[in-house]
Amino acid sequence: MIETLLRWTYRLKSVWAVMLALLLGALLIVLAGYDPIAAYRELFSGAFLDYWGVSATIAKVSPLLLAGLAVALPLRVGLFNIGAEGQIYMGGLFASLVALNLPEMPALPGILLCAGAGMVGGCLWALIPALLKAYRDLNEVIVTLLLNYVAINLVSYAVSGPMLAEGAPYPYSEEIRPSLFLPIIMPRTDAHLGAAIAVLLAMLIFVMLRYTATGYAMRTIGSNPHAARYAGMSVRRHIIGAMVIGGALAGLAGAFEILGLKHRLFHLFSAGYGYDGIVVAFLAAGNPLASVLAATFLAGLESGANTMQRAVGVPVTVISAVKGLIVIFVAASLAFSFQRSAWAAVLRRRRETEAALGEVRRGRRHA
Amino acid sequence: MIDILTDSQALTNFLNSALRLSIPLAFAALGGIFSERSGVFNIGLEGLILAGAFGAALGTYLTGSPLAGLAFGLACGVLLATPLAVLSVTLGVNQIVAGIAINLFALGITAFLARITMGASANTQLLAGFHRVPLPVLSDIPVIGAIFFNQDVLVYALYLLVPALTWLMFRTTWGLNIRAVGHNPRACDTAGISVAGVRYACLLFSGGMAALGGCYLVLSQVFVFSEHMSAGKGFIALAAIILGRWHPVGAALACLLFGLFDALQLRLQFGNPEIPYQIFATLPYVASILALVLLAGQNVAPQAVGHHYDRRDY
Repeated sequence: MIETLLRWTYRLKSVWAVMLALLLGALLIVLAGYDPIAAYRELFSGAFLDYWGVSATIAKVSPLLLAGLAVALPLRVGLFNIGAEGQIYMGGLFASLVALNLPEMPALPGILLCAGAGMVGGCLWALIPALLKAYRDLNEVIVTLLLNYVAINLVSYAVSGPMLAEGAPYPYSEEIRPSLFLPIIMPRTDAHLGAAIAVLLAMLIFVMLRYTATGYAMRTIGSNPHAARYAGMSVRRHIIGAMVIGGALAGLAGAFEILGLKHRLFHLFSAGYGYDGIVVAFLAAGNPLASVLAATFLAGLESGANTMQRAVGVPVTVISAVKGLIVIFVAASLAFSFQRSAWAAVLRRRRETEAALGEVRRGRRHA
Repeated sequence: MIDILTDSQALTNFLNSALRLSIPLAFAALGGIFSERSGVFNIGLEGLILAGAFGAALGTYLTGSPLAGLAFGLACGVLLATPLAVLSVTLGVNQIVAGIAINLFALGITAFLARITMGASANTQLLAGFHRVPLPVLSDIPVIGAIFFNQDVLVYALYLLVPALTWLMFRTTWGLNIRAVGHNPRACDTAGISVAGVRYACLLFSGGMAALGGCYLVLSQVFVFSEHMSAGKGFIALAAIILGRWHPVGAALACLLFGLFDALQLRLQFGNPEIPYQIFATLPYVASILALVLLAGQNVAPQAVGHHYDRRDY
């Protein structure tokens, strides 16, 4: 009984970590001279309780969840895809290029083509670090980070020059035509179909990882690449595969941002969703289904932050500090495992003592 | 563009700006070498630069003295390196995860604190800073003098730090301990060297060094703090460490190379105002990746880098 309780306390360590981060966030809000309770009330009611808030949250679930999956999948083979941000930009770029140059056609094939183009863009951008990792043993963390800056600047270049809309006061492209807009799932809001597709993909990836041979190979490579090679699995192919699928998911996130929300390519259109994807993946411990929850939570945090700023005046940047704190505490919480805790030792000793006492008692009975 | 090949004044200016652009990278890379040599991969350099920049700006804003800003920036870097050390050394959290956490936190907290301490003026009001101090005699050497010896005190400090840190790393017991801990922590533990102690010292040191890079950005280059002003410099510094084979002199040279590309892209921007500047802005990052692909030879990384050491593991 006590043991189950303790085990669950440890299992929910991410939750405690998030609460601790929110608590420190409250301290920051106090430091800034605002009322933390009012701020958090506005934040959470703004994010999850009214129609407009929920729709804003859902609109953010799409990029956050897809980016989270883009990080989580390569994590399964032991790779850090810190490049989701760049892959989102390339996905957005490819999707808008196709959307702006597509001949007239029905909505469905048009949208599919644009989304496909976005996935190809993300794929290609992820292929660079994947190949360098697999064949040159170059650290994928550094390469993906550097590529982010290249992609962001490439998109800025595209919308300031070759793709700049006529008479635009600000770097953005022409609007894509309405038949290519993603359907809206909550009337009169920004909540588009992207979030639903992202949730479906999360389920699909969960099944793929758990029940298919590829998923098994990925998990094996992630936990012990030597054993995987010994068992005849191609480490190289799976490393490249996981990274490229991750890139495709991030690219899709970029495509959905354009097709579902912005309807044109803007410079700096992603606002750090790729980095938030890392937070999602860590919060979910790499689990695709848990990623849905983590992405919803983070999406709420971000859409609620705007409500909070409007209602109470706390700058939204406090939420990005809280996001950092969440990662710090969740990362720290990973170090605490029940098996290694003092509690486990106490319980083990208790069991041993009882076993010994039992023997003594049985011994008496026999005597 | 071609004038830098024909006109010696233009060439001098170009190399001078290349050197200045490489300084923040070099500070961060030198710090990163120490943490990686001790066995901790420090991807948090980016956030530590930002912390240093913020501290320098805040310190100067409050006191009006760039020296106080420098001290404050250093303190912020060391302060932010502390949770990084706790996470990656004491708690044994994956070093990349820990670094990313620090980067995300630094990005948010500096933007937030800049807003509430310096207000909206943070991006507009110029702060006091360090000025160029031409060194007597040395600055009169043609070309070289104007490039290397007409700089500010932080640059001169870096000139001294490179040989000093090389000596520390390769000619002293401390350096030997650091390299040994990064190579075979178990042997060091057996020999009575505190693995955690050495790693803590190196991480805090790298925090201070990266922060100096941030201080240089604020106090010698732009004189304001802006959100995310580190703009990937910490990641380029990581590339420079690999390229420089974990040696202070090598890394400093690699940073100079990246500074050269940065100066080149700035010149291209000014020379071609009709082309959106962002296409040139990709150059330093592309150059870093290409340099890694083409020049990084056999992997000579410290063997234990990236691995947590726990006495209880076998």
